Amino acid sequence: MKVAIPVDDKSMSTSVSQSFGRTPYYLIYDTDSKESVFLDNSAIASQGGAGIKAAQTIVDSNINAIITPQCGENAAEVLKTANIKLYKTINFSVQDNICALNDGKLPVLEDIHPGFHGHGGN
Amino acid sequence: MKVAVLSGKGGTGKTLVSVNLASVAKESLYIDCDVEEPNGHLFFKPKNYASESIAVKIPISDEKLCSGCRKCVEFCKFNALAFIINKLIVFENVCHSCGGCILLCPEHAFREKDKPIGQVQYGVSENVTVMTGVLNPGELSGVPIIKKLLQDIVNGPELIMIDCPPGSACIVMESIKDADYCILVAEPTLFGVHNLNLVYELVKLFKKPHGVILNKCVEGENPAEKFCIEKDIKVIGQIPFDSALGTLNSNAQISVRENKKYHDLFSSILQVVTQEGSHETVTNP
Repeated sequence: MKVAIPVDDKSMSTSVSQSFGRTPYYLIYDTDSKESVFLDNSAIASQGGAGIKAAQTIVDSNINAIITPQCGENAAEVLKTANIKLYKTINFSVQDNICALNDGKLPVLEDIHPGFHGHGGN
Repeated sequence: MKVAVLSGKGGTGKTLVSVNLASVAKESLYIDCDVEEPNGHLFFKPKNYASESIAVKIPISDEKLCSGCRKCVEFCKFNALAFIINKLIVFENVCHSCGGCILLCPEHAFREKDKPIGQVQYGVSENVTVMTGVLNPGELSGVPIIKKLLQDIVNGPELIMIDCPPGSACIVMESIKDADYCILVAEPTLFGVHNLNLVYELVKLFKKPHGVILNKCVEGENPAEKFCIEKDIKVIGQIPFDSALGTLNSNAQISVRENKKYHDLFSSILQVVTQEGSHETVTNP
């Protein structure tokens, strides 16, 4: 299974980003091979609809699940249509969240927010 | 003459100024472009009420014709389109109705549907014809409603007052585009100066003749007045911070129709506006 986590930096010591749609990078972790790669998020500079564009990139990268602190409704619609699972982060540590996923202890993300649409957030 | 009334934030007195200037004129048209929260009609209580629904065009993709080339998805700068599991998804609330996807599609897989986003209301209040734009809650942009409000006023009365939305975004630009004169309403605080500067920058960019009305004036220093002196902006009127005016206003009464002092104050402001606005050159470049 390939999992994507929004992260602040391209290193394994980086922390989880607050935003799904406007995160600078995604950490793509393969639970079978235990390998990690980083993916640039081209949606970060979007005027609007960043969540939709970011979710499209995730779908096109054949990701099976997302681990994120939060997710807007438009991005969630794209992800759910593509049958991508949404998990909620337990803290800002990438390692902790991957361990929790491997142990089956990550909660499912249920509180989808209505989106910030140019009005800040975080 | 079309006079737009702006301010950098809500609650500075745009509606107070527009409603009273419209009412003090012999005959006028008042247009409420603050479509997210129109309130001019609360003062005018217009009669002979009529309304018209306003819709925008939203693309619908025909699954059978769509080849999945994604040209539309890549084109859409608003990211209103996604292509998921061989199906195009249109996010109606993100779409700006630009029509680009329809033009671009090599398979001609799109057609359009009308999506109602609000309405324009018409009415009369004594000497004032009242037009109000109303945007449905949750809609992204009121620009199409403002376009509709302002497109049919070629043969309007001598004075047309445009009550703008707060701020300096697209929706305000659309409201002042054809204005002959812009009134900037400012509060006498540092915060007020910041907001005044936003709309001042905007009217300069649009090369519109403009002047400032200082609202809620109290004794002592007025940072907004100081700003006007520094930037050489004409102050065309000062409205005192007065409980009598506040009471009239909070009871949704039109001050110039109730109170001689305010009738005289707004008459003199209108006189200045008429003079300033009829200059052909830009008075405050």
